[in-house]
Amino acid sequence: MPVRTAEDSKKSRILSALEDQDTTVILDDPLENEMILNMGPQHPATHGVLRLLVRLDGETVMAVVPELGYLHRGYEKIAEASTYHEFIPHTDRLDYLSPIANNVAYCLAVEKLAGIEVPERANYIRVLVCEMSRIASHLVAAGSMAMDVGALTVLLWTFREREKILDIYDVLCGARFTTSYARIGGLQQDWDDRCTAMLERFLGEFRGDLAEVEKLLGTNRIFVDRCENVGILTRGDAIAMGITGPILRAAGVPRDLRRDKPYLVYDRLDFNVVTLDEGDALARFYVRIGEMKESASILRQALDALPAGPYRADEPKKVVPRKDRIYTRMEELIQDFMLVNMGIDPPVGEIYQGVESSKGELGFYIVSDGTGHPWRMKIRSPSTNNLSALPLMLKGCMISDIVAVIGSVDPVMGEADK
Amino acid sequence: MTRSVVETLQARLPGSVRGSAEFRGDLTVVVRREDIARAGEILKTDPDLAFDMVIDVLGVDMYRPEERFEVVYNLYSLKNREYVRLKVLVDERDLTVPTVTGVWAGSNWHERETYDMFGIVFTGHPDLRRMFMPDEFEYFPLRKDFPTMGIPDSLPLPRR
Repeated sequence: MPVRTAEDSKKSRILSALEDQDTTVILDDPLENEMILNMGPQHPATHGVLRLLVRLDGETVMAVVPELGYLHRGYEKIAEASTYHEFIPHTDRLDYLSPIANNVAYCLAVEKLAGIEVPERANYIRVLVCEMSRIASHLVAAGSMAMDVGALTVLLWTFREREKILDIYDVLCGARFTTSYARIGGLQQDWDDRCTAMLERFLGEFRGDLAEVEKLLGTNRIFVDRCENVGILTRGDAIAMGITGPILRAAGVPRDLRRDKPYLVYDRLDFNVVTLDEGDALARFYVRIGEMKESASILRQALDALPAGPYRADEPKKVVPRKDRIYTRMEELIQDFMLVNMGIDPPVGEIYQGVESSKGELGFYIVSDGTGHPWRMKIRSPSTNNLSALPLMLKGCMISDIVAVIGSVDPVMGEADK
Repeated sequence: MTRSVVETLQARLPGSVRGSAEFRGDLTVVVRREDIARAGEILKTDPDLAFDMVIDVLGVDMYRPEERFEVVYNLYSLKNREYVRLKVLVDERDLTVPTVTGVWAGSNWHERETYDMFGIVFTGHPDLRRMFMPDEFEYFPLRKDFPTMGIPDSLPLPRR
């Protein structure tokens, strides 16, 4: 137990930090002085609680140190104390802009560990919800990036589109944000005709609405000037830093786990991996726009190919039974009791399952000791990794470019801080 | 794939591989602790394997008397579109592992996080600070002997 002496309290750490010479600006010659600027954690452009310490020479950024941890909730520790099923709602709160994709990624990891075969229909529905969440997340990314550089209209337009997807979530699983839709071995509820009709209507309007956004920004000189050649991350740096997702593809590396390590039924669907070579903020924006179009095409294909059948695997020892059966049948009641109290019984071992979420590679590494709780679960969150390249992207930028670059990285702090 | 990773390491760094296992298609190779940076360099620069991306570095507390901690390196090869996991075992009495930041720059924050959560020191790391927890925090929260509810008074609270 640390003992706090009277000496400590007299001179707090904050005070001593304030006395540090870096924060004291001595203006002998204003043009020759470097200064330290603290940005965040409470700053509207940092998309949450990201804190940046910026060393400035005039208006030029000399170095940046991102500080994370302001939203650290210790999910990896919570996972060790909960059963595999209990952790599903926590995955909603990782990347809270695409909760369903996180649910699916987590369930895929547990299914790989426990060796559960998921029915065909469930896999198709999972593709549908994953791609919907990718569109929803990219819409927020595009809109908020445009807002960060001063184009407020686009944010309203993209949020209007996103609202339609959230409405589908609402019908599908009863929640707009904290969906908890995927279950180990299947899904919470079946996809129904009302969702199909809503998705059809969304897809019918989406192309035109996205073209409007593209037209508004692509020919907007202010937007292009503020994003072009800003925050460049070269191909070599992106690979060395382990960057994934749209940022890596905007640097010219065609890595997409949907194609490279197919999961669900992506190997049966036809789509392109959108890449650009510039590696700047504008390229990242256009990669996201391109991916939204590809996602819309995947949605169309998956909707057309959606097979009939069960939406949850029939494996009583691993998959929770349907609620209506739990209340009416004895066996299912016992199964539910055992699953809730003991959890599933995976073999001893360790697995890693990565999926291509909207931000990049979202992965779960699970070490199992054969009990109903994971012995260790590591969440490989794309936002953490992507933020680690921020110092490289921002070096040499102007101070006003910082918001544009953060917007183009599209970090979600719930995921970055875990 | 399994054989080529293990064989390459054994041929170019004799004695470095302590074992390997495959589970559900995932390959894990246990490497001697002091060899991890050189093994990483070999796997990265080998033209056939080319594990050029570090996806994750993480710690595991196995809570056993000998070699209590594991550090796992999850690598990806863009060329072969393959994953491989390297693993080193760390004893509680000597919590040091050579850093791999010289091989993959992206492991910087992952190693910081492992240090933050388990107290494993990566020797040669350029910036080994706490990642998520406050600097004045004295414990390592993902160790198994750290209670899930936390330790009272582990963070200084405002006084009356």
